[in-house]
Amino acid sequence: MNNETKEILIELVNVSKTYDSTDALKAINLYIRRNEFLTLLGPSGCGKTTTLRLIGGFEEPDSGEILFAGKKINGVPPYKRRVNTVFQKYALFPHMNVFENIAFGLKIKKVEPKVIKEKVERILSLVNLAGYESRAVNSLSGGQQQRIAIARALVNEPEVLLLDEPLGALDLKMRQEMQIELKNMQQRLGITFVYVTHDQEEALTMSDTIVVMRDGAIQQIGTPIDIYNEPKNAFVADFIGESNIISGVMLRDYLVQFADSNFECVDRGFGENEPVDVVIRPEDIKIVSAEDSVLQGEVKSAIFKGVHYEMIVQSNGFHWKIQSTALAPPGRKIGLKIEPNDIHIMRKAPAA
Amino acid sequence: MKKKWISYPYIIWMILFIIVPLILVLFYSITVRTEDGIIFTLKHYKRFMEPVYLSVLFRSIYLALICTALCLVLGYPMAMILNGRNIKRRNILILLFVIPMWMNFLLRTYAWMTLLERRGLINTFLNMLGFPSMNLLYNNGAVVLGMVYNFLPFMVLPIYSVLNKIDRSVIEAAEDLGANAFTVFRKVIFPLSLPGVISGITMVFMPAVTTFVISRLLGGGQFTLIGNLIEQQFLLVGDWNFGSAISMIMMVIILLSMGIMSKYDQEHEGGGLW
Repeated sequence: MNNETKEILIELVNVSKTYDSTDALKAINLYIRRNEFLTLLGPSGCGKTTTLRLIGGFEEPDSGEILFAGKKINGVPPYKRRVNTVFQKYALFPHMNVFENIAFGLKIKKVEPKVIKEKVERILSLVNLAGYESRAVNSLSGGQQQRIAIARALVNEPEVLLLDEPLGALDLKMRQEMQIELKNMQQRLGITFVYVTHDQEEALTMSDTIVVMRDGAIQQIGTPIDIYNEPKNAFVADFIGESNIISGVMLRDYLVQFADSNFECVDRGFGENEPVDVVIRPEDIKIVSAEDSVLQGEVKSAIFKGVHYEMIVQSNGFHWKIQSTALAPPGRKIGLKIEPNDIHIMRKAPAA
Repeated sequence: MKKKWISYPYIIWMILFIIVPLILVLFYSITVRTEDGIIFTLKHYKRFMEPVYLSVLFRSIYLALICTALCLVLGYPMAMILNGRNIKRRNILILLFVIPMWMNFLLRTYAWMTLLERRGLINTFLNMLGFPSMNLLYNNGAVVLGMVYNFLPFMVLPIYSVLNKIDRSVIEAAEDLGANAFTVFRKVIFPLSLPGVISGITMVFMPAVTTFVISRLLGGGQFTLIGNLIEQQFLLVGDWNFGSAISMIMMVIILLSMGIMSKYDQEHEGGGLW
């Protein structure tokens, strides 16, 4: 990616935050580059929303610095920051109509009424809601309210748009449409997006950079492809997509032992006989006849999932999850084939 | 729908204690008893149009309006303080605020008499400091003070409950869009709290305009309000017909003010009491 060349817009340096003696953030460091679509991804309680609120100015860090374009912005109130936020539950002003909601920020900046009108019209057509100016916000559907919330933030032409799980309340179809729309908007307008979600698919679809968080600490930062293909630890592997995680031993470079068998792999640089976690994606396991494989098992269950079947295969006491377009019915003995490329080795996480 | 009978006790209750008395009051207000029996007349209403009675009505409304305005000015900030973010402190404040209401209304008003009297606590204190005694009791000020003191909770509590329901993220959204604390209040918090303000105004104005105990105790004899007038007609003069007519007029005034208020409130879609 060409991100490396772009300037750093927001920087979090050793930022910590504690709520009532629980650590929401543990000294995290993070760069956000200009025009990047960065997603903070993690389970609830991982500190992703806290990070967003710190950037927005709704919370202050207990320690550490937040820099915006090189300047420290600790203690700067939200209304003085050049960022705008799209809130989880939209937070539209219920006593104002669509026009008044969107014009709110511009009116405060004392923009001329004529200019306000033009800008509101333009942003409404951008979010495909032209002509909705005088509608009451309560009369709109969830998806429409979401678009108004995005329009209300974008009309101020912020340098950074913060989005706190903005699609969480929408149904699947609407969510997928909005994902594409948001990504298009971000590319067209050239605004930096910082996006918070717990939905890994959403993160993979939209982001330039994904920051995986857990328990107030960053687990991995990388492009969607890197994070999916090269998860840094078992948590990331498990959280991003589905995985089979099994304990193994790295016998030597390029050779790993798990499930009582030896497998060739592409990883090196581990100690001899070092215990490791082995991660294999369900779609990377091929079903072959039992004689053709070192790893045999019996199909325990098979569920139709639309694009593929998902099968659970028991082999040497371990339950493998396998996704394949070909069905192997329960009860059949099959062989499992795994390419060296698809075996991901990670160091055991230090006992947390 | 099958269990209609469950509502019968309430219906009977309402008929016995609300509908029937109302009809009686209406009946008394448009009749007069003569030797020939009972005849219908509007003369009681006409009598109320005399300046001496109209001035009582206007004084009542005037004092009630002042009381309502004061309650709003004092009560709104109070409600905002109660709505502070610290939950523990909020509960203590609400408790402190509600404790006086556990005591009887009359007792509280009598307490004010002993404070305001010529030889009362405040004047004694002033004398100690070398100031002359002041006439604190038996004037408009004392009546308004008594009303504000007694009715303030009816302003604070509805406003507080509406403020409490305002979504914090809406306030954050306003801050996020560039509004400082004052603008957030002016453009978001206050408009959203209007239903509470309206029910607060209604709940203070109604008892204030009809009170007769506060005006009798703190206002002395000379500050007759409409409530005192009604009380006098029934208990002292014994003219039930004229008393009923005044009551009817009072009820119409209250109904009208409530109607205006609720019409205004509908534009802000409820949340209040009416």
